[in-house]
Parts: sequence; C-alpha cells; structure tokens
Amino acid sequence: MEVDEVMCLPRLPRVAVCGGTHGNELSGVYLVREMLKVEKKVVEEEEEPVLVMIVLSNPRATQQCHRYVDTDLNRCFTHATLNGPMSDTDPYEIVRSRELNTLLGPKGSRQAVDLVCDLHNTTANMGMCLITYSDCDWICLHIFRHLQKEIPDIPMRFIHFDVSNKESYSLDSVGKHGFAMEIGPQPHGVVRSNIYTAMKGGVQHMLDWVRLFNSGTMFKGGFVDVFTMVKHIDYPRDSVTHNITAAIHPHLQDRDFCLLHPEDPLFQTFSGETLRYKGKEPLYPFFINECAYYEKGIALSLARKRRVMGFLVFKG
Amino acid sequence: MESVSFPPLSSIAICGGTHGNEMTGVYLVREMQKHKVDKIGSVSISTVLSNPRAVDVCRRYTETDLNRCFTDALLSSAITDSTPYEVRRAQELNAQLGPKGSEKAVDMLIDLHNTTANMGLCLIFYNADYLPLQIFKYIQNKMLSVPVRAMQLDIPLSDAYSLDSLGKHSFSIEVGPQPNGVLRADIFNIVKEAVDHTIAWLQEFNSGSTFKAGEVEAFTVVKSVDYPRDPVTGEISAAIHPQLQDNDFKLLKPGDPIFLSFTGETVKHEGEELYPLFVNECAYYEKKIAFHLAQKRTFKLPSIHMKKD
Repeated sequence: MEVDEVMCLPRLPRVAVCGGTHGNELSGVYLVREMLKVEKKVVEEEEEPVLVMIVLSNPRATQQCHRYVDTDLNRCFTHATLNGPMSDTDPYEIVRSRELNTLLGPKGSRQAVDLVCDLHNTTANMGMCLITYSDCDWICLHIFRHLQKEIPDIPMRFIHFDVSNKESYSLDSVGKHGFAMEIGPQPHGVVRSNIYTAMKGGVQHMLDWVRLFNSGTMFKGGFVDVFTMVKHIDYPRDSVTHNITAAIHPHLQDRDFCLLHPEDPLFQTFSGETLRYKGKEPLYPFFINECAYYEKGIALSLARKRRVMGFLVFKG
Repeated sequence: MESVSFPPLSSIAICGGTHGNEMTGVYLVREMQKHKVDKIGSVSISTVLSNPRAVDVCRRYTETDLNRCFTDALLSSAITDSTPYEVRRAQELNAQLGPKGSEKAVDMLIDLHNTTANMGLCLIFYNADYLPLQIFKYIQNKMLSVPVRAMQLDIPLSDAYSLDSLGKHSFSIEVGPQPNGVLRADIFNIVKEAVDHTIAWLQEFNSGSTFKAGEVEAFTVVKSVDYPRDPVTGEISAAIHPQLQDNDFKLLKPGDPIFLSFTGETVKHEGEELYPLFVNECAYYEKKIAFHLAQKRTFKLPSIHMKKD
C-alpha cells in the first residue's frame, strides 16, 4: 500500500538504556551490568554520535533480588509523584524516581533524554514486546518494525496503554520518547540465556536504528499491529481471606496474544471446575499469569488489535 | 528377595509452603484445610503450612531457609532472642510431627515443593527406604503423561536437613518448571494427582495388599556446579547454556556446553558423564549451585506388605 505521508523528526542524540527497574528481572540487570563494563559514550567513527546512558534503575532492589524495596519503582513517575512534596520518610523508590527524573528528565522538559528504553522480564509467555503510552509515536513504531525485521525468530508485539501524559507512571515516560522492552517467559530471580540474548539483540538493534536515523536514513512507512489495553481481569478470590480460589486455566496458560472468545476457559478452580470468559467481545490476552500482578489484582490483561499505518520518517 | 513387612501407616502429614513462594504446596494445603481433610479411609492426615510467615510475604524464607533447619544439631540447639524464625519454627514442627527419629513421629511426611527447573515430577528421598521407593514405582506406573523420576540424597539421618526427615518414611514431591510466586494449573493438577495416588497407595497398603518386587532407577547427587563468577564482585558472569537449559535428567557428556557467558563464550563440561538436575533453580543462585550432577542407580525392591499383629 502506498504511504504518502512523510514525517520529519528531530534527531535523537541521547538514549538511556535502563535495567533493574524491577530488581528481580534479571536479563536487564545483567545486560546493564555488561554494558557498563564496556561503556562507550561516544563512538568516534560516527558523524552524529549517540550518547548512550546506561542506568541500573533500582540498585537496592537489585542487590536484594526483589521487585522493589518499599514500593514499585515503575509506578513512581507520574508528574504528581515526581513533583510532590518531599519528606524524610519517603519510600526509597520515590526518592529514587526523583533522582532518575533529574538524571534522565525532567519529564516533559526539553532537557529530557530523547529516548528511554526500559528493560523488563515477565513470567508470562509474551515473547518480546515494546510497551508504550502512544500508538502514534513514529520513533517507537519504526524501532519496533526494525526489530521485527532484524530478529525474525522471536514473536514480537507492540502494546499500547492509552494513558495520558499527565497520568503516565513508568520510567520510560521520562524521556521525550520511550518504551519498555518486555521479554518473557522468564521466572523472576532467574536469567535464561535465550531471553538474555534476545534482550541484548533487541537493545543492539534499537541503538543501530537510532544511529541510522540520526545519520539521515529514511525509514519507509508500512504498518504495525498495535495491541491497545482495554481491561484487566483479576483472579476469583475468597471474600474473607482474599486468597485466589482458582488458577489460570491450562487452555489459557502460555497463550498470550491468542484471541480469547466469549465462553473460552479462563480459570480452573482448585476443585477442577472451569470458569469461562464472560465478556461480550473477543479480545487478546497478555500478561497471563505474571507473578508480580497477583498483588495488583491482575490475572491477565486484555487488548484490542488494530493496524496502524506508519509514516515514512527521516531525521530533519 | 524376601517380602518385607512394615507396620500400618496410619498417620501422615502433608506439608506445603516450606518455601513460602512455592505456590502449589501452599494452595493445595490451604484447599485441604478449607475442606477440613483430616482422614481418608484408614489414613489420618495432618495438613501443615510449614512456614506461614514466608507464605504471608511470598518469599522463600524470612531469615534462613527452613528446609535446611532439620539437622539433629539445629533441632536441639538452644533458642535465644537472636535465633532465626525458621530455626524456631523447625523445632515447633519437630514437636508437632516428630520428634525426628522417634516412635512418636508421623508414619509418613510428604513435603510439597516447586522448582524453576524443568524437572517434571520428582520424588526426593533419603537413603533407600523401600516404602517411598514402592510409592514412586506406583506413581510412575499411574502417571504416564508427565516424566516421573526419583532423586536420592545419600545422607545419614542425623545430618538430614529437610522437613521430610521428621517422618518415619518420607519424601518430598518436587514439581517444575514453575516460577516462584506463580501458580500454574497444570503443575497444581500434577501435584494433586501425585498426592491422591500416594493416599490411595497407603489405603491399599493398610488393607493388606502386597506390592510386588521390582527395580527402580533413581538419581543420586554426587556434586554441584556453580556459575562462573566475577572474581571481584562475585556476580555470575554466565547463564546456563541454551543446550543445557530445560534438559534436566539428560546425560551430560564431557565437551557438552554448560554455560554461555554474557559476552558470548561457551563453557564446556569437563569430567565424567553425569545427569544434571535442578538446572537453573532460582533459589540456588545464592547457594552457589547452577545445577547438581547425579549418577543413575538401580534399586532392587523387595515386595512389601503390612505387618499384621
């Protein structure tokens, strides 16, 4: 299909690669540690060098190999939290989010880094996903298309959370552009070689794209299938203890991004009964059985898929 | 071999949450407690949530690994203000289900665990107790859709450190792969079925059935291998190689890859042919174990039956 629209965008001189935002998501932790060992701030051969900042986001949680110490760091980047009053008793992660905002932001300002790539792992069978707040950020969309082309053997999806900039809460929202690179399945506290390698490749190709873009390469338009989050579904719970009373059904487990139809099995109770999806609309499930989401009341998330036509982009 | 007789097995304990983030046991025990399961036929059943504090925070342990606190030395150690919670809890469990090595101990203790390693259904026991071995043979013949194996720890009872050592005839049921903190329905179903088969076996045993002689294969751990580590920071510098990952119980030969460093170098296995187990178990990073290596041994089983008065 011919795409006539053309978009000219500013170059991206500063990119941040962040790992260990959740201290037990180990591919990002080890990748960032390796990159810090061989840190090259400026590559001299380039005409337009990229400054790559490599950040271990939550050092205390990483040291303990826990998701967080006091509170989930990746929910601490709303404007309200970043700019709210400070106190001596602030949770560690709120203090840290403000430090990161000073380092990579301030969020919403001209000084913010151009692109934040925040590395995550999930226990869900999601392959590689780029997660953003926008379905029309052409930088992120083109990076996604580039990764799809360069890493064809890994299932790759683009996830969009329709949250306004004012309400955006995660680390990647600090940069002018940003996304989370989420790869699974990997148990928390474990590093799987194939997942680490996929993440390493993803980051490398992302940086390659930025360098190509900065040096004037034009990227043709095309399309991306975008999964826009619609709602979450919690586990059935005991009304008194709040403990879950069922697990993700075996027919749904590991079937992230396989269309879920009304009446499809959703949960299996501990006595073997099947509970079915009662929604009216077929939707795409993802983050199925993510460990960290039990406490957030999320058994799975559901998305609509739509095709977004891309602009041809080049650096202006 | 002559048939061997044992007294009736009338009291058993089913324990879960010995590690608070191994979710199958937590939920299976909770479910049995909700339905007030305390007797099935001839077998009276205690269900125990072993480490409630760790379960509450969904962590393996709060201060120290409970499942290493059952050596004779720790069970008889003096309790002071600075005694870790899990050491105290081990002594409580010993009073409730033991005392270890005594006539008053439960006849059988089954401790439920999960692993992030691809171990399928694995029964773990000390020494060559014929009862758990016969149960293993029984379960192996009944459960055909999942790999069922046995792992043996060659340790004298006084040094036996895990919860199951409290019972007269005991074993752990270890099922994986399941991430810590996650409950998978397929794994839950496997563990529930294994527990149901064990209870069925006990009924048959107590009703006078004879279980035939035979042979079983089990894996005896001979050593453990740590990750390559940075000599300065102590951090791991490699991950389990993709060709070893998920290949628990598959014979490892000299020259086979075992690690792939973060910079892309392959480390190969040197030494004898052995079977890897607990490959990439989350909780073992801090114990400096990337995987165990085991020999496969054949155990001859006599036929067994209940001793009649």
